[in-house]
Amino acid sequence: MTSTDLVPFMMRRPGVPFPPPEYEGFRTKPGLTKAALPSGETVWLVTRHEEVRAVLTDPRISSNPTHEGFPRPSRTVGAPSADDVPGWFVSLDPPDHNRFRKALIPEFTVRRIRALRPAVEQIVDHAIDQMLAKGNTAELVEDFSLTVPSLVISALLGVPKVDRDFFEEKTKVLVTLTSTDEQRDKASEHLLRYINRLITIKSKRPGDDLISKLLQGGLLTPQELSGVSMLLLIAGHETTANNISLGVVTLLQQKQWIDDDRMIEELLRYHSVADLVALRVAIEDVEIGGQLVRAGEGIVPLVAGANHDPDMFERPDEFDPSRSATGHVAFGYGVHQCLGQNLVRLEMDVAYRGLFRRIPTLEVAVPLEELRFKYDGVLFGLHALPVRW
Amino acid sequence: MARISVDTGKCIGSAQCVLAAPDVFDQDDDGFVTVLDASPSGDAESTARTARGICPAQAITVHD
Repeated sequence: MTSTDLVPFMMRRPGVPFPPPEYEGFRTKPGLTKAALPSGETVWLVTRHEEVRAVLTDPRISSNPTHEGFPRPSRTVGAPSADDVPGWFVSLDPPDHNRFRKALIPEFTVRRIRALRPAVEQIVDHAIDQMLAKGNTAELVEDFSLTVPSLVISALLGVPKVDRDFFEEKTKVLVTLTSTDEQRDKASEHLLRYINRLITIKSKRPGDDLISKLLQGGLLTPQELSGVSMLLLIAGHETTANNISLGVVTLLQQKQWIDDDRMIEELLRYHSVADLVALRVAIEDVEIGGQLVRAGEGIVPLVAGANHDPDMFERPDEFDPSRSATGHVAFGYGVHQCLGQNLVRLEMDVAYRGLFRRIPTLEVAVPLEELRFKYDGVLFGLHALPVRW
Repeated sequence: MARISVDTGKCIGSAQCVLAAPDVFDQDDDGFVTVLDASPSGDAESTARTARGICPAQAITVHD
């Protein structure tokens, strides 16, 4: 195949956890693969670990969707720019991006995240209490995996306890398969209004939370803070939920790893839920893996491709926590690498410790082939996970 | 023994170095990297090299 042949994109995953089998073919041929998105636009697919990292660190390659040629996954869905939503800093390149990252990193240091452990444990324990109180079955995605990150983010932002049910209900609407576009728009509107009100309250009566600290820091305007808060919510909710749910399925199949701390990194690598998240565009001509990419051409570095590159990870399609999964790019790479990654690790760790210790007989209630995976989603995960004990 | 230097101007506070090499790197209150041991040897040196390899901002240099 030459680079002028177009392959249709996105691909379906064949099963847990494997990236689409086509990725292997892309990886083994020289250069990059040119693909057509559902919107009809063409993009370059990058699947090798080394080149995915190169794309994500090259200053000639931009995250800003206002640049001509930035990939849009479909006709209607496109990444917002920081012009559309002030504070949407994932859509900014350095140096504009730096101010936001600088404002936020003190809230996500290793020490700060460690200090959140008791709060996360309380949230996980409470979610398990509620599951146990209902009987001996649950739908884990809705009852647990989405609940935990929603409550963690609300605690982080400083949402008062009395409002957390409201917050959780609205955030779930955003990511639930059965929600209509209208319901999603409405939920998003409610949340934005709520966050704006919260920012006003915190500016008068600051607490020990992220919004109050960012207000006091003075690096961001209240309007930017509102965009930042929505971004943290959206970036940290469904991604974390998908990781938790997929991890439960994988660990129940290989229970010998449940108490092994190394399993978290390997789960992140193995499932690579955010395969398609890091969309880019070249703003100058640039050569990647021997392929000339022209200014204005879209680039999709495939995280699952990189994390299943046999040159980086031996037997990449095996779940094996005894390997060193260090160096995976499940959280991306470069200046946009996931800000909340250490919080995700904490949430996964606390979630598994809670679930498997308190419910030792936990099992998936349907045959694995009947599980509904998000094969066509931008994020990989499970639509539902029926469990029993 | 190797010598470690960091470019705090590049650092994005992802803390991957702190997790990979806690004896060599730390974060200040602003979240930026600080060096605890600028001349690590043995295991610490090898963890520092791992940290250099995974730093998303490529802010760590190991001078041999």
